[in-house]
Amino acid sequence: MTENILNIEGLKTYFFTEAGIVKAVDDISFNLKKNESLGLVGESGSGKTVTALSVLRIVPKPGKIIDGKVEFNGDDLLEKTEKEMQKMRGSEIAIIFQDPSSSLNPVYNVETQLRDVILAHQTVPKAETRKKVIELLEVVGIPEAETRMREYPHQFSGGMKQRVAIARALACEPTLLFADEPTTNLDVTIQAQVLNLLNDLKKKFNMSLVMITHDMGIIAEMTTRIVVLYAGRVCEIAKTHDLFERPRHPYTEALLAAVPRLDMKKTLRIIPGNIPNLIEPPSGCRFHPRCKHAKNTCKEKIPVLEEIEPEHFVACHEWQNISLKGERKH
Amino acid sequence: MAKHQLKGGKKTLTNSDLITVENLIKYFPVYSRGVLLKKQVGIVHAVDNISFNIKRKETFGLVGESGCGKTTTARVILNLIEPTSGEAFFEGENIFEKFQSSNKKEKLKLRREMQLIFQNPYGSLDPRMTVFDIISEPFVIHKHVPKSQWKEKVYELLELVGLEEYHAERYPHEFSGGQRQRICIARVLAVEPKFLIADEPVSSLDVSIRAQILNLLGELQERIGLTYLYISHDLSSVRQISHRVAVMYLGEIVELADTDELFKKPLQPYTKALIQAVPIPDPKAKTMKNVLSGEVPSPINPPSGCRFHPRCPIATEKCPKEKPKLINKGHAHYVACHYA
Ligand SMILES: Nc1ncnc2c1ncn2[C@@H]1O[C@H](COP(=O)(O)OP(=O)(O)OP(=O)(O)O)[C@@H](O)[C@H]1O
Ligand SMILES: Nc1ncnc2c1ncn2[C@@H]1O[C@H](COP(=O)(O)OP(=O)(O)OP(=O)(O)O)[C@@H](O)[C@H]1O
Ligand code: SF4
Ligand SMILES: [Mg+2]
Ligand SMILES: [Mg+2]
Repeated sequence: MTENILNIEGLKTYFFTEAGIVKAVDDISFNLKKNESLGLVGESGSGKTVTALSVLRIVPKPGKIIDGKVEFNGDDLLEKTEKEMQKMRGSEIAIIFQDPSSSLNPVYNVETQLRDVILAHQTVPKAETRKKVIELLEVVGIPEAETRMREYPHQFSGGMKQRVAIARALACEPTLLFADEPTTNLDVTIQAQVLNLLNDLKKKFNMSLVMITHDMGIIAEMTTRIVVLYAGRVCEIAKTHDLFERPRHPYTEALLAAVPRLDMKKTLRIIPGNIPNLIEPPSGCRFHPRCKHAKNTCKEKIPVLEEIEPEHFVACHEWQNISLKGERKH
Repeated sequence: MAKHQLKGGKKTLTNSDLITVENLIKYFPVYSRGVLLKKQVGIVHAVDNISFNIKRKETFGLVGESGCGKTTTARVILNLIEPTSGEAFFEGENIFEKFQSSNKKEKLKLRREMQLIFQNPYGSLDPRMTVFDIISEPFVIHKHVPKSQWKEKVYELLELVGLEEYHAERYPHEFSGGQRQRICIARVLAVEPKFLIADEPVSSLDVSIRAQILNLLGELQERIGLTYLYISHDLSSVRQISHRVAVMYLGEIVELADTDELFKKPLQPYTKALIQAVPIPDPKAKTMKNVLSGEVPSPINPPSGCRFHPRCPIATEKCPKEKPKLINKGHAHYVACHYA
């Protein structure tokens, strides 16, 4: 049996805004096995990034983690002091941000930024940091690293900034890596390389990976298990293969149907309705206003996450009825 | 909202071009960071002699490798940066000349008519402004909407992009990526532009929202007759929305054709690799893709001859020696490859 590197239980992270309390992450539980590649998917605003930020305890104001447990190798991170967390971040747990410019400081050149990260967590002789910086940039595929490390983030294209951001996250060889849309700005041939790179680095550094992305193609290729979020809650957890083959939650099903394919030019299927308001989220199942299978119970009762077959969890009142006709054929 | 569905490629287009780009070049000097002297040590060939035209109400897709010069092309056309050489025309009028002239009113008008949706919805919204202030800011600058109508107009724009009235009083950081992109689009539409450059407008959004925004762009094209330059590395969305597509590699256009033609019969090896590299949303699919090997070539010292040759699976001796010209292979399908 593989043990879990990460165990999230009943996590709640709310934003206390003037307009009201945004329940961004509202009772989320899932785990991550050692060396696993887990996919975290879900609609824009469903709480993927906030979940990652909560684990690292870098939720911005007015956000607050108000409940739950985040066990990292058995230790609850939510009980740690800020100082202990600072040590963790970068050295044990790292994140590649959705927006690379937010992890890069525009005022410093690339070399300085990477050097600072390295020095913050390791005692490396000054002379060796430059070598290490060049090495890191080469690992992530920046050509002419020695020249370009003297440049500033704005002189890099989006894709190259993302590589620098990856280099920065890897500078201290973390054991748990969150990759939040790590290839968003990349061209596909480079994306393919970066994904290969992430896979290689994951093996090389023995990392566990949480892959956050909208791209179901990447999810299909990179992960072995998937957690689907909707409006701050988990709606389905399954092995990648099972989720694509037999999605049980109506949202997952709709999501998969909305995936564009290069080999087909078709009208895109849209999930009707709007992103739910997380200040006053829909009652019962949060997906019910947009769900074509919704019944009265869906409005009234919150569906619990049930294990319907080994390692396949679903939070839907109707899953049994839907699965009868909803079997996806191949 | 978003009832309209894109049919793609099947539109009758008028003959006149809205945008014409001729032999456009943009180089950036690279300096060494000496303590006393700043020495120029090289040139980034960001955009290197490209030409294309965009017809009225057309969506022209521009795809290509990270750093190949797509955003630079956009910024030069909008005169946000000066070209090194070459020309660009908007409705037949020379854009660069117009921006150099002293006629302030004309300049402002041109600024209004050509708009940009940013690659990055995070950096482009002022965090201290409410959504209402953000969307109504163009009214202050361009004075084309009387103050008494601001509120109504802002609500209309919010509705148009699928947001709600109560969002007007909130701040950008309170929104997710997809919602922020909608705010950006609403602000851009507030100036009533004719030509819109959408630089990766959906790459940070999830698929269902992506579909909504793509359909929204299509709907707006129909309703207000917008013309788009659609920049993206996401081939599926480019295919979905564009009438014609140009593929860029290291500052040059290597292939240009009607969308269907390009995706069904790509002729240039880079285009072929690009199409093959798209991840397949099916875990059963054999991932037997040929990941293009080789370093990302530097636009500071681009490869000689055909710039793709160091990564090209079919390159011969001729390729590093001779630059292939962009040639019409019939049906306005342009290709730059010695062996296409
Ligand atoms: N600083 C904040 N103040 C108020 N609300 C916030 C803040 N940050 C995030 N939220 C809200 O929390 C919810 C979850 O946001 P999060 O960024 O985690 O979404 P996401 O799943 O990562 O979406 P995307 O795919 O668009 O990145 C959203 O509804 C968002 O509006
Ligand atoms: N202000 C600048 N100074 C120096 N070099 C620059 C500047 N702006 C862009 N470049 C360089 O010009 C080249 C083209 O950049 P550009 O941003 O146009 O690429 P892109 O095709 O938009 O890439 P991406 O898909 O990653 O956004 C890159 O090598 C980039 O580093
Ligand atoms: S619980 Fe009801 S509303 Fe929610 S997904 Fe299932 S059927 Fe739809
Ligand atoms: Mg996010
Ligand atoms: Mg760009």
